Amino acid sequence: MKKLMKGNEAIAEAAIQAGCRFFFGYPITPQNQIPEYMSKRMPQVGGCFLQSESEVAAINMVYGAGGAGARVMTSSSSPGISLKQEGISYIVGAEVPCVIVNMVRGGPGLGSIQPAQSDYYQATRGGGHGDYRMCVLAPSSVQEAVDLTQEAFDIADRYRNPVMVLGDGLIGQMMEPVDMDLCKDRKPAEDLTEKTWAATGHVATEEAPRAIINSLYIQPDVLEKHCQKLQAKYDAIEAAECRWQEEETEDAEIVIVAYGTTSRICRSAMRKLRKEGIRVGMIRPITLWPFPEAAIRATLKTARQYLCVEMSMGQMIDDVRLAINGERPVDFYGRTGGMVPTVNEIVEKIRAMYENDPLHKATKGVTEAMDAVGSAFDKMGQKIGKAVSDAELDKKADSFRQQASQMVDRTASSIAKGVDAVADTLGKAFSSIFGGGQKAQETTKAPAENNEGGEQ
Amino acid sequence: MEKQFLIAGFGGQGVLLIGQLIAKAAMKQDYEVSWMPSYGPEMRGGEANCAVVVSDEPIGSPLVSEPPVLIAMNKPSLVKFMPMMPAGGVLLYNSSLIEDPELRDDIKVIAVPCNEIAEKLQNTRTSNMVMLGAVRQATDVVSEENLIATLQDWLGEKKAHMLDINKQAIAEGAAIVAAAQ
Repeated sequence: MKKLMKGNEAIAEAAIQAGCRFFFGYPITPQNQIPEYMSKRMPQVGGCFLQSESEVAAINMVYGAGGAGARVMTSSSSPGISLKQEGISYIVGAEVPCVIVNMVRGGPGLGSIQPAQSDYYQATRGGGHGDYRMCVLAPSSVQEAVDLTQEAFDIADRYRNPVMVLGDGLIGQMMEPVDMDLCKDRKPAEDLTEKTWAATGHVATEEAPRAIINSLYIQPDVLEKHCQKLQAKYDAIEAAECRWQEEETEDAEIVIVAYGTTSRICRSAMRKLRKEGIRVGMIRPITLWPFPEAAIRATLKTARQYLCVEMSMGQMIDDVRLAINGERPVDFYGRTGGMVPTVNEIVEKIRAMYENDPLHKATKGVTEAMDAVGSAFDKMGQKIGKAVSDAELDKKADSFRQQASQMVDRTASSIAKGVDAVADTLGKAFSSIFGGGQKAQETTKAPAENNEGGEQ
Repeated sequence: MEKQFLIAGFGGQGVLLIGQLIAKAAMKQDYEVSWMPSYGPEMRGGEANCAVVVSDEPIGSPLVSEPPVLIAMNKPSLVKFMPMMPAGGVLLYNSSLIEDPELRDDIKVIAVPCNEIAEKLQNTRTSNMVMLGAVRQATDVVSEENLIATLQDWLGEKKAHMLDINKQAIAEGAAIVAAAQ
């Protein structure tokens, strides 16, 4: 049965149902309902809730519990996540699985407490020091927040790497129907094996040698090998864990790329514009890292322009541009500081993009010219009609008008054909120039190691 | 079909609950729903509002920037949000707390004396339920029966004795609108 739940509370319950038994955190708006809920529920399921003295302490408690093999989670919002970065880097270095929830608010600094997406760089580029990556899941509804939180624990265990659930104030505070029965007592994914690496105080055996949870590698050559091993994991994550949703992309001339909250607003805008006849589609990355590059590239078949919409000054747009690799223009619309874009703002932005497209400008020019020619002929016909009142001549004037309008139609259609032909030729020329680059990129993306990793 | 509501008032007036009960009742009728509160450093007596969207298809934006239905429980809410309404929108306002407001003439306006009715019922805390009854009557977003069932669920066993007084308040609010219709 569906229940109306707040995003934050639903995430906390989903984590418990996925076997999370340890939660360490420090309060910050707009994610406070997560620790609040955990403080009530953890004792009921025999787990541990602890409000730490700081975010730094919380993430290091996560490091400890994760290192002992437990399913563990922490949550915070932007400034608090910044404080956790040192710990996250250590956790990655020591290959410890855990789940970190960031309900993003406006920044920089203490910023505001309203929804934002301005932590995209921090989340997808590591955030802390050193060469590392973290799988980042971006839900756009409360139900999806539940599903992804549960999956986050599996992905974290599968790769022994932290996974971040990246929401924002709106996802956290909003109430929507969720089916909690579906996520009840969720068992770990079948491919997951026992955590023989965990430091549980066990007696060392051949299968489970003495466990050391550590991120310090003094010898550079040893650390390099370790980093290469981590890289192989990231390649495996890229090959196997990329998720996205496509909407109306089959014939889309303008493709929106947006995630989380903004994707919902874009969906409303898309529906409006489709009714006006503008062919708009959307790609919604569900994993921000790995980024759904291939899915975006696949829309090049029909897309003439791209629009990236974010609640930031423009961060994900870099990844969209990298995916498109210069083959089409990528435009941006963003609000920041806790401001949320409205449906009408996005509708207007896309209308302007459509009208400024050289093809539609040309078509519009032709139509206008034809209208002018048509009305000139019409005026002429009227003048003739006025000058001569004879019925015979009236008929002649009519037939002259008809012929004129037919001629106008023929001219218009041949001009339109010409415009299409020019556009087609240009398109072919572009793909022959850029086609080579695309191939080269694909080959570098699929080394043998990736495939092995993908089968894990 | 998509219906959007913006419900605003003082913290403590129960505006968030009006929204939640609409959303919960609509969910029971198999609609897609979303409920989004204003959040932040709010307190009793401060500003509070929530946006509710009820739709028969998945909801895009859960925010309501141009409210077709505005429920204003106090004057600051009316002053702040009435200008954002589209022409033809429906405004329900608490006429017990908002005296002689300057109203737009391109929207439909219904005055509901929530506090007076609640006082008449000898329970001032039911003023939000008066408004809830009025909203249901004016918009027909959910059935009356379902709304009462939702309220009953919400009250639970502990507060089951409060059901009758709240039902009365809802009926009084509905009657005000029915008379205006």
